[in-house]
Amino acid sequence: MGIAHPDLPLSIRDITVAYQKKPVLRHVSLDIPEGRLIGIIGPNGAGKSTLIKSIQGLVPAASGQVSIYGKPFKEQRKLIGYVPQRESVDWDFPTDALDVVLMGRYGKLGWFKRPSKRDKEWAMECLSKVGMADYSNRQISQLSGGQQQRVFLARALAQEAQIYFMDEPFAGVDAATEKAIIQLLNDLKAQKKTVLVVHHDLQTVTEYFDYIVMINKRLIAAGPTEEVFTSDNLQKTYGGRLQFIGEHTAVHTDTNKKGALV
Amino acid sequence: MNWLQVLQDPNTQWVLAGCILLGISSGVLGSFAFLRGRSLMGDALAHAALPGVCLVFLLTGSKSIGFFLVGAAISGLLATYCITMITKHSRIKEDTALALNLSVFFGIGIVLLTYIQHSDSGNQSGLDKFLFGQAASLVGSDVNTMIAVSSVLLIITALLFKEFKLLSFDQGFGKGLGFPMGFLDGLLMVMLLMSVVIGLQAVGVVLMAAMLITPAVTARYWTNKLSTMVILSGLFGALSGAFGTLLSTQIQNLPTGPIIVLGSTTLFLFSLLFSPKRGILFRFLRFMQVRKKVLHQDILRSLYDVMEDSKKENSIPASFFSVERLAIKSGKQAQTVEKALRTLLKKGWVTQDKEDPQKWGFNQKGLHVAHSLVLNQRLWDLFQMHEQNFHGYTIDQSEEEIIPQLNGVQLEMMLKELEHHNMTPTLVAIQSYKIANHTPDQGGVTA
Amino acid sequence: MNSFWIILTGSLVAATCGFLGCFLILRRMAMLGDAISHAILPGIAIAFLLTGGRDSIAMLVGAAVIGLLTVFLIQLFHQSGVKSDAAIGVTFTALFAIGVVLISLYGSHIDLDLDCVLYGEIAYVPWDTLVINGAEWGPRAVWGLGIIFIISLLVVGLFFKQFKICTFDPAMAAAIGIPVALFHYLLMGLVSMATVASFESVGAILVVAMMVVPSATAYLLTDRLPVMLGLSMLIGVLCSILGYSLATWLDSSIAGSMTVVAGLLFLISFLFSPRYGLVSKWQVRRQIKLELE
Repeated sequence: MGIAHPDLPLSIRDITVAYQKKPVLRHVSLDIPEGRLIGIIGPNGAGKSTLIKSIQGLVPAASGQVSIYGKPFKEQRKLIGYVPQRESVDWDFPTDALDVVLMGRYGKLGWFKRPSKRDKEWAMECLSKVGMADYSNRQISQLSGGQQQRVFLARALAQEAQIYFMDEPFAGVDAATEKAIIQLLNDLKAQKKTVLVVHHDLQTVTEYFDYIVMINKRLIAAGPTEEVFTSDNLQKTYGGRLQFIGEHTAVHTDTNKKGALV
Repeated sequence: MNWLQVLQDPNTQWVLAGCILLGISSGVLGSFAFLRGRSLMGDALAHAALPGVCLVFLLTGSKSIGFFLVGAAISGLLATYCITMITKHSRIKEDTALALNLSVFFGIGIVLLTYIQHSDSGNQSGLDKFLFGQAASLVGSDVNTMIAVSSVLLIITALLFKEFKLLSFDQGFGKGLGFPMGFLDGLLMVMLLMSVVIGLQAVGVVLMAAMLITPAVTARYWTNKLSTMVILSGLFGALSGAFGTLLSTQIQNLPTGPIIVLGSTTLFLFSLLFSPKRGILFRFLRFMQVRKKVLHQDILRSLYDVMEDSKKENSIPASFFSVERLAIKSGKQAQTVEKALRTLLKKGWVTQDKEDPQKWGFNQKGLHVAHSLVLNQRLWDLFQMHEQNFHGYTIDQSEEEIIPQLNGVQLEMMLKELEHHNMTPTLVAIQSYKIANHTPDQGGVTA
Repeated sequence: MNSFWIILTGSLVAATCGFLGCFLILRRMAMLGDAISHAILPGIAIAFLLTGGRDSIAMLVGAAVIGLLTVFLIQLFHQSGVKSDAAIGVTFTALFAIGVVLISLYGSHIDLDLDCVLYGEIAYVPWDTLVINGAEWGPRAVWGLGIIFIISLLVVGLFFKQFKICTFDPAMAAAIGIPVALFHYLLMGLVSMATVASFESVGAILVVAMMVVPSATAYLLTDRLPVMLGLSMLIGVLCSILGYSLATWLDSSIAGSMTVVAGLLFLISFLFSPRYGLVSKWQVRRQIKLELE
C-alpha cells in the first residue's frame, strides 16, 4: 500500500463504513493540507460525523486506511484532539468544568500519572481562552448549552493536539459562544494546527472555513473554499434541498450549470 | 413414576394446568412489556410484591391467595409509582430507580418475612415459597384462581389487542387518534402485575422476570408480526411450563420454577442460534457471504476502473494489470486482492496474462459482469448526487441494484444523465450487451 | 463484641458495594449490577461442590469468572439484536435458575441453603473465625471483605482518571487510546468479587441494594465524584449501624434491615437534599414566585 506523505496531517484512503447492510460512507479518499480550518459539510445523514468517527477508529470501517503525518492513526493518537457532540455525554455527571478540561490532559499523562499543578494551570488557561474562567468550579449540569460546548472546546485545547476533530460545535449555541469558537478556531489556525469541523449551516461556510470537504455518503468535493464551494457542488451534495439556503449565500457559481443560485 | 402415571395423578394435573396457564399469560403480557422496553419492570414488580404479601399476612393472618393477590398488587403499584416519581423528579436515571426500588422493596419484604418467622414460627410455612416458588404445592383452589385471573387477562388482551399494539409501537400517534394512552399504559401495567402475582407461587419472586422476558424475546426471533409474536410467546411460555412441571416430577428435589425458566432459556438459545432470519448462525453465514461478495465486486470494479483509466490515458490501452496496482486502486492488501483474483479465475471471470502471470485482466464474461456492476454503482452515485432530478422515482436505497427498480424511460433518462456527467462506463463486452432488453444479472457476483 | 463484628462486616459490605456502585449508576448499569449479583449463584454453588467447603479463593475466582461471563453474555445477546434490558433479564434469570437447581439437588451435601442465599448469615459471622496456628484472628468474613475493599480502593485509586473518563465520556476515552473495554471488564470483575465476598453476609440479592441505594443517595447530595464516592461509603456504614439496631429491635433479618435503612436515607435525601431535593426545589420555586409577585 502506498504510504501517505509525511507532511500531510491527514490522509485517508478509501474509507467505507457500513452500518448493517447499508453503506453510510463509500470509498472516501482525502488528503488534508496543514494549517487549515476545514468544514465538513453535507446534508443530514450524509455521514459527516461518521467520517470523523471512523477516522479515529470510533466506528469500525469496513475498509480503508488513515494516516496522520504519514504514520498509522494508532501511533499518532497524541496528535489528535476530539470534540464530540455535546449530547453524547451525561451532563449530570458529578464534576465541575475545570475537571472536564483536565480530562484533556489524560492522554498525555499516560497510565498512572495524576494531573500536576501545571496541568491544572494549563487547564485554567484553556478555560479562560474560551471565556469560561469564571465558571471553573461550576457543576457542569448548571452550565448553559453554549457554555458546555465551550468547556468541551477548552478540553480539546488542553490536549495540545496538532489536528482537531469537532463534531457540530456550533449546533445550538448562543451568539457569544459562536464568537468564542470562531476566535478559537482562528487562533488554532494561526498556530498551524489543522482543524476539521463538522458543520451544517451553509450560510456561514465561506465565513468560517478556508477549506471544505463536501460529502453525501461519498466524497463530492474537497479543496479551498473559493474553488469548491460552487453551486454545482452544492447541487451535487444537497440535491433538491438546496433552495432552503436562501439568497444570502455567497456562492461562486459555475458558468455552464443550471440551477445557479443567488 | 412413569409418565403415564404422572399424568394420571390429579395433583400433578393441577400443577401442570397451573404452570401452562401461567406460561401463556405471562408470555402474552411479557411480549407487550418487551416491546414497550419495560422488560425489567416485571422483575421489579415481582420483587416489590413480597412486602405486600407479607403485610397482608401480618394484618389478616390468612394465607388465601386472593388476599395475597391484593397485597402484592398494592405494593407493586406503589413501587411503579416510586420509580416514576424518582426518575421524574431527580437526576437519577431509570435503571438506577428500578434497581433501587426493586432492592428496597425486597429488603422490606425480607424484614417482614423474618419478623413473621421469628414471632410466629408455626404459621409462616406458606410464605417463603413465594421466594423461589413451589409449584408442587399448588392446590385446586390456587389453580382455580390462576385460571380465573389468566383468563381475564387473556380476554382483555384479545379485546384490546389493537390498542395495546398502538401503545407499544407509537404512543404519540395513538394519543393523536384519541385513545386514552395513559389509561392503557396503566392498564397494561396492572395486567402485568396480575400475571406476576399469580406466578409468584409457582416460580417465585426472583425468577418471575424470566417468565415475562424470555418467551417474548424468543418469539421475536421467529416473526416480525405482533399477533404471531404474542401467540408464539404464549406458546413458548406454555411449553416451558409443561416441560418444567413434568421434568421436576421425575427427579427428586428438582424445583419446578427454575426448571421452567431453564426450559424457556433453552428455547431462547436455540432460537438465538438457529432462527433462520435473525439467528446467529445464519446471520454469520450471510455475513461471510456478503463480505466475500463485496470483496469480489470491489476487485472487479477496481480492475474495470484501472482499465478505463488506462484507456483514457494511453492510445494503446493495457488489458492486464498487476496485483499491486489493483491493491492501490481498491485500497486493500495485495494478499487479499490476489486471493480474490484466484477465486474469480476459478469462476472464469478473470484471466492471467500469458506472458506475465502476475498480471490480471478480464475475459469477456468477466467484463460483462464488471460492466453491469460499475454501471449499477455509477447509477447509484448519480442518483444520490442528484436525487432532486429523479423526484418521481420510487427507489429503495437499501436495495443493492438500482436498475431493476427503474422503468425503461427512467433508465434511459438516467443513462443520458450519466453520459452528461461523463460517468458512462466505457468498456463494454463485445458480446451483445443491450440496455433495451437488459435483464438484471440475477446471480450478480455471488460468491 | 459480636455486635461490633457484625456492624463491621455490614459496613465493609456496604462500603465496598457503595463505592463500586457509584460507577455503575453513573454508567447507567445499575441493572447490570443486579444481574451480576443474581448470576454469580451458580459460580458459588459450583465452587462449593468442587472444593467441598467455603474455600474463599475458589469462590472468589468462580464468582468473578461467572460475573464476567454474565457481562459477556449480555453483551453478546445485545449485539445479536436483543434489547439490552431483555438481554439482562434473560441472562441473569437463567444463571440464577441453574444456581437454584444445583443447590436444590446437592444442597444437602454442601451445607448451603437457599435461605442463606437470600438473607445471608451476617448474624453468624463472629463465630466463623480465621484460625492460624491456633490463634484466632477475628471473623473470616471481615478478612475477606477487608481485602476486597482494599483491592477495590487500590484499583480504582490507581486508575481513577481512566475510570472517570470512561464513565463520563467513553468516546473521548477511546479517542485518546484508553482501552475502554478493559476498564469495563475490570469494573465488572471488581463488582463480581465484591458481590461474592458480600454474599455470605447479606445474601446475593440484597447486595444490589448496597450497590445502588447508598450511591444513588450520595449522587443526590454532591456534585463531585470523589465526594460522591466517599459519601456513599459513609452512608453504607450508617446503614450498617442503623440497620443492625433496627434488626435487633424487630428481631428480623439484619441484611433486610440495612436495606430498609438505606431506602429511608435515600428517601430523606430525595426529599431534603439541599440542591436536588424535592422540598428544596419546591422552596426555590416558591421563592421565585414570591419575588415575581
